[in-house]
Amino acid sequence: MLKIHNLKAGIDGKEILKGINLEVNAGEVHAIMGPNGSGKSTLSMVLAGNPAYEVMGGDVKFCDKDLLDLPPEIRSHEGLFLGFQYPVEIPGVSMVNFMRAAINAKRKYFGQPPMSASEFLKMMREKRSVVELDNNLASRSVNEGFSGGEKKRNEIFQMAVLEPKLAILDETDSGLDIDALRIVANGVNKLKSDKNATIVITHYQRLLDYIKPDFVHILYKGRIVMTGGPDLALELEEKGYDWIKQQADEQA
Amino acid sequence: MNSLAQYLDLYKQHSSLVEQGSCQVMNNLRPEALDILEHCNLPEKGSENYETIDLPEILAPDFGVNLARVDIDVNAGAPFQCGVPNLTSALFFFRNDLYAESSKARNNLPEGVFVGSLRKFCNEYPVPAQKYYGKIADMRNPIVALNTLLAQDGIVVWVKEGIKLQQPIQIVGILENGMPLMACRRILVIAEKDSEVKILVCDHTQVDNVKFLNLVTTEIVADENAGVEICEMEESSEHTARLSAAYVSQGKDSRVSATGITLYNGITRNEYHCSFSGPNASLQLSGMAIEDCSRQIDSFSQVEHTMPGCHTDELFKYVVDDEALATFSGLIKVFKGADKTEAYQNNRNIIGNDKARVYSKPTLEIYDDEVKCSHGSATGQLDPMQIFYMRTRGLSDNEARFLLKQAFMADVIDRISIPDFRLRLHSLVEKRFAGASRNCTSCKKSCLGDD
Repeated sequence: MLKIHNLKAGIDGKEILKGINLEVNAGEVHAIMGPNGSGKSTLSMVLAGNPAYEVMGGDVKFCDKDLLDLPPEIRSHEGLFLGFQYPVEIPGVSMVNFMRAAINAKRKYFGQPPMSASEFLKMMREKRSVVELDNNLASRSVNEGFSGGEKKRNEIFQMAVLEPKLAILDETDSGLDIDALRIVANGVNKLKSDKNATIVITHYQRLLDYIKPDFVHILYKGRIVMTGGPDLALELEEKGYDWIKQQADEQA
Repeated sequence: MNSLAQYLDLYKQHSSLVEQGSCQVMNNLRPEALDILEHCNLPEKGSENYETIDLPEILAPDFGVNLARVDIDVNAGAPFQCGVPNLTSALFFFRNDLYAESSKARNNLPEGVFVGSLRKFCNEYPVPAQKYYGKIADMRNPIVALNTLLAQDGIVVWVKEGIKLQQPIQIVGILENGMPLMACRRILVIAEKDSEVKILVCDHTQVDNVKFLNLVTTEIVADENAGVEICEMEESSEHTARLSAAYVSQGKDSRVSATGITLYNGITRNEYHCSFSGPNASLQLSGMAIEDCSRQIDSFSQVEHTMPGCHTDELFKYVVDDEALATFSGLIKVFKGADKTEAYQNNRNIIGNDKARVYSKPTLEIYDDEVKCSHGSATGQLDPMQIFYMRTRGLSDNEARFLLKQAFMADVIDRISIPDFRLRLHSLVEKRFAGASRNCTSCKKSCLGDD
């Protein structure tokens, strides 16, 4: 589904990703872990197409299309979703209008007519239940005045609405209490199928108790320096990153 | 001939005609207006408070003035392009500067409310006319002096003590003529003690390729505990200039809200001069303008806090694109003794490209110690992170900008208390940003974007 080959990218002329290789297939859950500043969020921003970031080399195939050639909205239509580490507040734009615009943009892309109002409301109701999102939140401005937990639940709600093939969840666990974490993780698990895939970016092993990864990758200084199974995350939790840093720095 | 002198000469040649078409109370002030104008130089562009507006140039075209009060058939109520139709049955018109009213206009007006022509008001009620007309508008302001010299009629909204008018009064101004025309119009609002009134003024230009000058002077007197809300909406043309000066005087515990909405225009200057004659009054001034092509908006406000416990809240927002120009200039002056004044001034602008210009001059002068005041101004572009966030959800760059610009205007619109008008405005602003209006057809730029 996703094939990243030797991806180099950065911001303001500074190279942050220094050759990422990663393959993700349908039905898989990948966890990307790594110390602060290793390039985890840069990777998610580059894959989603943030124009502030510059691709400096390599290529990315997403469902056999050249992902890096596509504008962010087409990446979204084609089935890529980014759950933001810091969901953006948009005062004055209601969640309902925002989601209606998003759904209809996607339908337009696939040559379908806009969704009827009743169909849309029914769908909103269904998807809200995935993350137990309050009806009030859906009628408020996008993320404005939402608590940290509400913002993250709102991200998973949007993911449920857009039904992506590949979801990249950037530190979805940060700022969540235990209950919110469980709700968010349950949401992600409910949306999982053998047709879609998930990349979970996280600092902590805790989230991986709820969302079971098939693979765990360690990102350090812009490269994936180690790949393993779920056990790798447990090992990290116990030993920290130092031994990996040491190992990687020796090899370099 | 300098641009002002042509109108002074016109007046001098035809003063008796002007007076015949008007009334004694208005005529009484003309000699003073003439005297002031003959001894004044119009403020030049770049001078204090006229930083970006060129009054001599705006007055330069040889505008005709309908001195003989010839009624050109504008067919009031017929297919004029008011985007705010039928909000109220109390519908009054200006055909250029001729007063007219719809047949059912006063069906639901209660006792104790006068809405009608200024001429009629002056003839029927000379005492209040004498008391209020031209009393708070300052003739040292050339916009006021020229209006006072040439205006022959206007509209009066007079609400007597204790009357709370539920339905809004709607005044629709239509500019239509085959030749360049100056329309001089006066609005006088008198809200007596404990009364309430809401007024909606919609200005439209029916002809796109003729130059118009809409010269408006508005006087609003809100007595003790009176509430006045006035919303003025401009949907004119690129060849229309509007010079509007509003003067507000507020008594004890009164509440006034004045909002200027500029959807389409050519060059607009909206002035607000506000003062308090009693304590604990509150004033809300709001403005929004959507400026593109080479349109220009210039808002000027001056609020003088001489009484204790009064409250001013100003919010002006502009979206400026293409080669348009927007100016905000606001002064709040708090005099010594005006304890417990609260005054806030806020100007926020979105600038679409590097040719669009915004000038902002928020000013506070405070001579009292016990006050809460703040002022702020911010001009910037749409937040790229907001746009990116929306694009990751599938909205195109254009759709994202469209929603964000609409959202930007939302809080100004939401300050209006007339629910139907608020709803209508949200949709008019949406249409405006989508580029859908007859006035846009003359603009070669595609405001609609890719979609």
